[in-house]
Amino acid sequence: MSALLLHFASEFKATLRNRNLLLMNYLLPLGFYLLVGGMMNQINPFFGEQMIPAMVILTVLSGVIMGLPTPLVEAREAGVLRSFRVNGVRSGNLIAVPALANALHVCLVALIICVSAPLIFHVPAPADWPMFILVFLVTVLTNCGLATLIGVLAPGGQMAVLWQQLLFVPAMVLSGLMVPLSIVPAWGRRLALLLPATYAMEAFQGLAYKRETLWPSSYGMLLLSIGGVLGFVLAAKLFTWDNKSDARRRVLPALLAVTPYFLGALLLV
Amino acid sequence: MSDLTIEVKGLTKRYGQHLAVDHIDFSVHRGEIFGLLGPNGAGKTTTLECLEGLRRPDTGRLSIMGIDPTTEQQRLCQVLGVQLQTGSLPAFYTVSEMIRLISAYHGVAPQAAIVDQLGLDGLLNTQYQALSTGQKRRLSLALAVLHQPAVVLLDEPTAGLDVGSRIALHDLMRDLRSQGTTILLSTHDMAEAEALADRVAILVRGRIIAIGTPRELTATGNGLTKVTVRTRDKSLSTFTHPEIRRHLQQDEYVVFFTTVPGPVVATVMNHIQTEGDELIDLRVERPSLEERFLELTREAQATAADPSP
Repeated sequence: MSALLLHFASEFKATLRNRNLLLMNYLLPLGFYLLVGGMMNQINPFFGEQMIPAMVILTVLSGVIMGLPTPLVEAREAGVLRSFRVNGVRSGNLIAVPALANALHVCLVALIICVSAPLIFHVPAPADWPMFILVFLVTVLTNCGLATLIGVLAPGGQMAVLWQQLLFVPAMVLSGLMVPLSIVPAWGRRLALLLPATYAMEAFQGLAYKRETLWPSSYGMLLLSIGGVLGFVLAAKLFTWDNKSDARRRVLPALLAVTPYFLGALLLV
Repeated sequence: MSDLTIEVKGLTKRYGQHLAVDHIDFSVHRGEIFGLLGPNGAGKTTTLECLEGLRRPDTGRLSIMGIDPTTEQQRLCQVLGVQLQTGSLPAFYTVSEMIRLISAYHGVAPQAAIVDQLGLDGLLNTQYQALSTGQKRRLSLALAVLHQPAVVLLDEPTAGLDVGSRIALHDLMRDLRSQGTTILLSTHDMAEAEALADRVAILVRGRIIAIGTPRELTATGNGLTKVTVRTRDKSLSTFTHPEIRRHLQQDEYVVFFTTVPGPVVATVMNHIQTEGDELIDLRVERPSLEERFLELTREAQATAADPSP
């Protein structure tokens, strides 16, 4: 087995042994899915229409945005990255392997939701499964890129949590996961366009469910893809093996990763 | 052809205003164990980190087996094994997973012999977070040598180890040396350096203040050999000899300090016989590397505090 595959398999198993990551990758999204699925369907009949994409995006946010950066920061602080370096492991692998392992966990949870939601909650399945999978993969790519960049840049665990929350909490409220984006006021929508989850939600609606959207879904997919690639490229460029370099100098170039969403907020409302 | 495996010339490294390493030079031969000794903050770890490619020197030229650590990291990893002082491993990986993973990255099969020799065979399914400090350091050492590198850099390898683990580690280091592996060892433990190192360099405030074999270093100092004697009738209480620099009484023992222990011991034995006394105990202790180290570091620190000629 190649070193990269072995690394991936070890990382995947290690995530299952880590209670914090188990919570973020499995318990939180699945628990929330069962709870909200049972309640929101009765409170808000429209929720059922968007339940699958909303819960899949929540899974990505929880598993990737909340689960990926902190272990990377902790590994750097504890000297794990240095140990890997002196043992011949390249920085690219240390960026790619955790992202891939988290992506696989997220895929498994998303699969459980997609299969079970129509059976348990009688909510509509996507009209176009290939497009659903495509939007899902782009959403995972984008969030993995951003989460890895946060992990690379955050000078400490507390700062990482703060940046994670800045993406997670507003996304839960504004991105159309709980209430349709169309009923969010214009200022809120503009704010929502700074969040990748908003583009993902609209892309699911337009491309996978063939519903009307507030802007062409392909624009959103393009911005998400650019954002994801930028996240990974910048994470690779700004990667450091320890905390001895000045984190402040690296924040400015890292802001490039969020420019697609600023552009979206300017052009799409 | 030169058998130098490590060459350091004019190495300087600053952290902001702090000069961590100041123009140091040394070289290590193939199959040699070379000890870097020094108090905390002397620059030992910085020197090792520059050689490991983890720090970029401000000036100077470094070479390990002809490889420049600052520019050829991947080639370096093939010939170099490193045990970091502050390194760690992923908390939820097992010992077995780490050994297989690092073996795979080096492109070698996992070495059961090293795992056994370092007492890790019973810990293969244990997660890193559940290992004791000593077990973690043994695993780190196993990872450093499992690809049989030509050069091994060890930063405080026995810190936190129990006696059994230290002995196992020392045995492994001797085995590696006998196979031609070059070892650069940073340590606080003078007894360890004296027992293992072929040569040592003493670093103080980023500068090498002494370099040589442990025997050479102790011989050049002002240290006095200690001759401790106990007799039945205490006939040595008034004994004198021109080569005895000072003496003292400690319980039942008389302790003499001298630079020429041979003639002093011979005269002591004659005196005991002449006086009809009986020898109960006799010990001769040469000045240790530790004493010489303390002497040298005190001198260097005094010079730094008062730089006037």
